[in-house]
Amino acid sequence: MKIMSNSSSNSMRGFIDTDNTEQPVGTRVPLVLHMKSFGEVTHQVCRVAETKPPLAWYVAFAVSLSMLAFLGFCVTYLIFTGVGVWGLNNPVMWAYDITNFVFWVGIGHAGTLISAILFLFRQKWRTGINRFAEAMTIFAVICAGLFPGIHIGRVWLAYWLFPIPNSMDMWPQFRSPLLWDVFAVGTYFTVSLVFWYIGMIPDLATLRDRATGKFQQFAYGLASIGWRGSMRHWHRYEVAYLLLAALATPLVLSVHSVVSFDFAVSQLPGWHSTIFPPYFVAGAIFSGFAMVVSLAVPARQLFGLKDLITLRHLDNMNKIILVTGCMVGYAYSMEFFIAWYSGALYEKFAFINRAFGQYWWAYWIMVSCNVITPQLFWFKAIRISVPLMFVLSIFVNVGMWFERFVIIVTSLANDFLPSSWDQFVPTWVDIGTMVGAFGLFGTCFLLFCRYLPMIAIAEVKAVMPQANPHPHHDHAHDPHDPQGAGAAGVKR
Amino acid sequence: MPAKSRFLFPRWSNALLPFLIVAGATMPIYAAFIVAYGLSPKTLDLGYQPVQPVPYSHALHVGKLGLDCRYCHNTVERASFAAVPPTQTCMNCHTQIQRDSPKLEKVRSSYESGKSIEWVKVHKLPDYAYFDHSAHVNRGVGCVECHGRVDQMEVVYRFSPLAMGWCLECHRDPDSHLRPVSQITNLAWDQKVEMTPEERAALKSLYHISPSENCSTCHR
Repeated sequence: MKIMSNSSSNSMRGFIDTDNTEQPVGTRVPLVLHMKSFGEVTHQVCRVAETKPPLAWYVAFAVSLSMLAFLGFCVTYLIFTGVGVWGLNNPVMWAYDITNFVFWVGIGHAGTLISAILFLFRQKWRTGINRFAEAMTIFAVICAGLFPGIHIGRVWLAYWLFPIPNSMDMWPQFRSPLLWDVFAVGTYFTVSLVFWYIGMIPDLATLRDRATGKFQQFAYGLASIGWRGSMRHWHRYEVAYLLLAALATPLVLSVHSVVSFDFAVSQLPGWHSTIFPPYFVAGAIFSGFAMVVSLAVPARQLFGLKDLITLRHLDNMNKIILVTGCMVGYAYSMEFFIAWYSGALYEKFAFINRAFGQYWWAYWIMVSCNVITPQLFWFKAIRISVPLMFVLSIFVNVGMWFERFVIIVTSLANDFLPSSWDQFVPTWVDIGTMVGAFGLFGTCFLLFCRYLPMIAIAEVKAVMPQANPHPHHDHAHDPHDPQGAGAAGVKR
Repeated sequence: MPAKSRFLFPRWSNALLPFLIVAGATMPIYAAFIVAYGLSPKTLDLGYQPVQPVPYSHALHVGKLGLDCRYCHNTVERASFAAVPPTQTCMNCHTQIQRDSPKLEKVRSSYESGKSIEWVKVHKLPDYAYFDHSAHVNRGVGCVECHGRVDQMEVVYRFSPLAMGWCLECHRDPDSHLRPVSQITNLAWDQKVEMTPEERAALKSLYHISPSENCSTCHR
């Protein structure tokens, strides 16, 4: 494989996988393959935004855009008719809407984890994937934000979600986690957006400098807010980036904890559980990484980025999927244990009903996808098999959607009072809105791939051997050593 | 760098910086202004004073002549709605007094034809807000609390904002708005002067006042 890719022509570069997952003791396998210079990295990433995309991009964009249009139709129909067009009924007052909300918020967590926590832990492999994982976060939170907005019934009163002074003296319930959620998700979106944008400024400037069209020069120029790559710019950039990483780190844990409070703070059996915050956070990172893999695999294939998003990156992400998958599996079993151990009659019923009641199929889809599927990643052959990891990551996404569905719908459908039990059956609008949200996400993501630097060019350069003047003793160096790899100047 | 052109911000754009800083600094002021405007009496239509078909003066009838509110608005203690009097009520007196006044032309013709005078409503609540006069008047909330000194108004105007926040203000702190039922229509009587806070608190328990703040109290 290695010989073939070395001897192949320049045009094939980036389209062939090289196995860089083995790391003999005492060596460091490069995270960027087959690149002789920084300029080559720049070219590999920038050409995606500078040349016409492959046919598959147009096909995917047309499909996404149609789905987005259908979302628009479903939402318009909902607004003009009322939430009755969904399959909600009296005990099941939340179903697809909140399932989708939690699903999309969860997806975003991988982006924040990669950009913030892995940054603070100096995980160099994050540089290959952080840009589009962050983009994924932002688009996922946009999709998530749609659902609370439209599920309230009177969409024109959506601003009541926020504490705005008004002549009615009416405020949201500050003791309700639903309001905390507004703040949590709002903060999350703002910080993620700022983080993503600040990180992108040097790369936008690169695109500006390479652009040939007048409009591209102006647009990228405006977006890169006058970046000239001076030492002072780099210094401030690095400080800002570090501060934002520190600010974003608590968000990885806090956002989905608060989302889990929406359920855990209520009294409903199946929701009222102290394990929810850590369990939701693990699940969010699990689903988020699965989504990164689902997006990275086709993206690196289509745009020829296999030398930058290498098998080593994918292998690492699959390991995280395995770890968080085990945590999620542990949480599932612990829920059952507590249902038995607590001796609470309703709690016990809720969980037996979850696994063997009217929604047993949803529960077992969830268990198969979330507990059994990731266990396959114990095998290295599967971790580095691109087609297999793609399929498995899709399974995880499906499983995590069902997890939220199971938690929300099974708990509501069979609550304390048997006389009010009912079944939720989705309508075509429910399904259309869910599918449409994927269209919204896909449209945003494809536009991002087409017009923005998909990979953090400047950061990738910093992890190349050329960036380190003393490659043979790099472990002995303090990363803050101004002469060493940490110096900002070498990036360009 | 070769002579390839690249877009950087032109030098004149530096001149925009002070404007940006000023704009950023004035944002809080702007926000405060927007809120103040939204809550201002003008926005809430305070002081709404429509021209009535007959130049009836509350200042004369109530203030000078001492007519009780309930002489005309006679359903106020029994019903949710404070009735606007029929022409007959006017004519109880005006068959004897000011019989030929040109100002009363419309009253006389209404009396003869049996067709009501079309008074313009000043205090109009929205349909989705349920309000009961009797519940308030019989339990120590005087007319003046909401309608102001009608006995000094030549032409009636809207004294209170009638916004939900204004309703809640009283529902959350009823003490300072209560008076003995005997003084209910006495617009000049001020409970803050005449009564101690303890006496007002005592009224609250006497009338069993526990104002509800539930949505369904007013939005039924």
